[in-house]
Amino acid sequence: MSARTLPLIATIVIFLLAYLVCYLQFPAMLSTRVIGNLLTDNAYLGIVAVGMTIVILSGGIDLSVGSVIAFAGVFIAVMLRDTGLHPVAVFAALLAITTAFGAAMGGLIHVLAMPPFIVTLAGMFLARGAGYMLSVDSVPIDEPFYDFLKDAYYLMPGKGRLTLIGIVMLLSVAAGMVIAHRTRFGTSVFALGGGVQTARLMGVNVGRTTVLIYAFSGFMAGLSGIVFSIYTASSYPLAMVGTELNAIAAVVIGGTILTGGAGYVFGTLIGVLTMGLIQTYIVFDGSLSSWWTKIVIGMLLLLFILLQKGLLRLDIRRRAGAA
Amino acid sequence: MLLTIRSLTKTFPGTLALDAVDFDLAAGEAHALLGENGAGKSTLIKCLTGAYARDSGNLHLDGAPISPASTLEAQELGIGTVYQEVNLLPNLTVAENLTFGRQPVRFGMIGQRAMRRQAEELLSGYGLDVDVRRDLGSYSVAVQQIVAIARAVALSGKVLILDEPTASLDARETEMLFDVMRKLRDRGLGVVFISHFLDQVYEIADRVTVLRNGKRIVTEETAGLDRLRLIEHMLGRELEAQTAEGAQQPAEPADPSARELHFEGIGRRGKIEPFDLSVGRGEVVGLAGLLGSGRTETAEVLFGVHPAQVGTARAPEGALDLSSPRAAIAAGFGFAPEDRKTDGIVADLSVRENIALALQARRGWSRPLPRAEQNRLADEYIRRLDIRTSDAEKAVGDLSGGNQQKVVLARWLAMNPRFLILDEPTRGIDVGAHAEILRLIEEVTRRDGMSVLVISSELEELVAVADRVIVVRDRSHVAEFTGADIAPDRIMRAIAAPDVAAPDEEAA
Repeated sequence: MSARTLPLIATIVIFLLAYLVCYLQFPAMLSTRVIGNLLTDNAYLGIVAVGMTIVILSGGIDLSVGSVIAFAGVFIAVMLRDTGLHPVAVFAALLAITTAFGAAMGGLIHVLAMPPFIVTLAGMFLARGAGYMLSVDSVPIDEPFYDFLKDAYYLMPGKGRLTLIGIVMLLSVAAGMVIAHRTRFGTSVFALGGGVQTARLMGVNVGRTTVLIYAFSGFMAGLSGIVFSIYTASSYPLAMVGTELNAIAAVVIGGTILTGGAGYVFGTLIGVLTMGLIQTYIVFDGSLSSWWTKIVIGMLLLLFILLQKGLLRLDIRRRAGAA
Repeated sequence: MLLTIRSLTKTFPGTLALDAVDFDLAAGEAHALLGENGAGKSTLIKCLTGAYARDSGNLHLDGAPISPASTLEAQELGIGTVYQEVNLLPNLTVAENLTFGRQPVRFGMIGQRAMRRQAEELLSGYGLDVDVRRDLGSYSVAVQQIVAIARAVALSGKVLILDEPTASLDARETEMLFDVMRKLRDRGLGVVFISHFLDQVYEIADRVTVLRNGKRIVTEETAGLDRLRLIEHMLGRELEAQTAEGAQQPAEPADPSARELHFEGIGRRGKIEPFDLSVGRGEVVGLAGLLGSGRTETAEVLFGVHPAQVGTARAPEGALDLSSPRAAIAAGFGFAPEDRKTDGIVADLSVRENIALALQARRGWSRPLPRAEQNRLADEYIRRLDIRTSDAEKAVGDLSGGNQQKVVLARWLAMNPRFLILDEPTRGIDVGAHAEILRLIEEVTRRDGMSVLVISSELEELVAVADRVIVVRDRSHVAEFTGADIAPDRIMRAIAAPDVAAPDEEAA
């Protein structure tokens, strides 16, 4: 078992153990209904976390995604209210905007050689401000097509609903897995995470790759915004504050190393589901404060950071022993 | 000739890094490039691989003029480089590293099996037994080096440049690497090999080129080159003229009882074998040896940069703690490292601030050094050391190399240490400043009774300044000379041993 796969395996084991604990206490939790809800409720987070995984694998960070999701919701609601365009056209326009927004941040990061933290922090405020400019208030979405999207589902055995947005999330994860692990672009992302200088020496087009990475994250944030607006059927410019941090937490709990260069997109899905599972447990329990979610997530994060550090140490010691 | 370089010149602000250097590389040849630090080896390589733009000179590869503007372009022309720090990605698999940029793709997706096959093909013939699907980082440095070589050869295939490839390998791994080098040479590649391990040069290289101070000194067949001659070329010394000068040194009787600092059995695994050293008040001890022989390592162990694992240090008042630079400074030690640009000065701070730095560090942050005191110190040392600066507030980075070195010296002198270690104090500075620094060393030892350890590859410098010279070879202290015995030819013989044995001088 290599240091590369261990965090992923740890993630999966922790998820299964957590599920087992939940099941022992509330047998009803092992049903396709709960699983279907888990996917639906966390669809927006899963989608944006896939983009975040690619960014973090490259050694970067994207703090703008929460604001971009909020902007997306407001943009869709306002466009549907004021223009009469078909939702699909609005979605296409939105994805073009958020992708271009991400690409611009990637370009700035590369050209100015600025830390992604600062550039995407600026992006975070910009997107939040842009959402406010469109509307200060919550805008409901009243659109028959939306009802269709919201109610589209596949009925799993056991009456569980695999909703459309849950499927979109699973497809996003699958797409992210292919892109990260099976394409030249993905290898370049890992190369950047391993070391920019070395990557450049090996022939990575650093500028192009950086732009594509943040464009991908912007696209995923836009898609997440669409899914979230379907999920809530409304929009609010102040929504989703801190979602970027939830996404980062999901990526890290999913076993991706925060400094980049190692991790799996599939792990991020497990990370998202683990976080969702904690929430579901609290709902089932009924008496626990929802703040316990935060506490458990905090502890899980700490655990994974310690695990990564420990693995690194072990790796160094093993190599020193071999030398 | 596969590769010819004619009158290659490269200047950096203030220094002539390469001075009309000629270099030839034949196909099927392993050519060693030798020289001390600052001789111009890496500058030559960087000009050749396009990492630096040369000022003038011609490069020809296979008879055609080339002018690579980047390492990638050089790679495409056929010149591949493997640096000491492996320039591959440990977080990718061996196969990904080998095929990077040329992965077999079908419908936009990398064919895993095809990539694996391609990687295994590339590695065949290198005698490696590795699973290409595993992370590169899970293999030893030697394997990583060979994978890097395999990649460079696959991409370039004409000239292979190896920059100190054996620096972090053990004997068995080095042998493995040499086998690979021999195979590649026999396949008709030209291999340029930079190393400072002379044994390895004699083992693998067909020809040797020696650089010194940016000039090509000599290119010779290794087989016909005497080891002592080679070291002469590297250190720049004609033996004949020397004996007389050495005798001029005042023979100072070394009285061990008067010695102030005693180091017994100090050493660190992989850095320097345990050694004994006693230093007297006001004594200047010289440390001679080739680059990588253990001279800088000695200084680093004494100053706690890499603390000693065994041994004790004693002063008249008792045992000394040298477990960290901080502890060493508290014990009254000072260390001016060799590479002042990265280790010595803080380029953006002013002359005054740089001089006050160490003193302030010793006082602690809660007791700031008064500004008036700082000014007084700065003015005093600018005057005493003749630091050429418009005023004390000028950023050190704007000064010339010699003046930067003086600022580093001033910093330690301001501490008034009892034991000052100077690693190559005159490296890269002009002749005038050179003499001044030597004069200064003499002044602080004679007048203030400071003890100084000087590390230098310039033997004249050691002969001129040191009361005692210790020779380091293969990471251990092998010889010691005092008084009239301090002569460049004797030192050089001791450095060159074992081939050129001079047993009567090994009276350490």
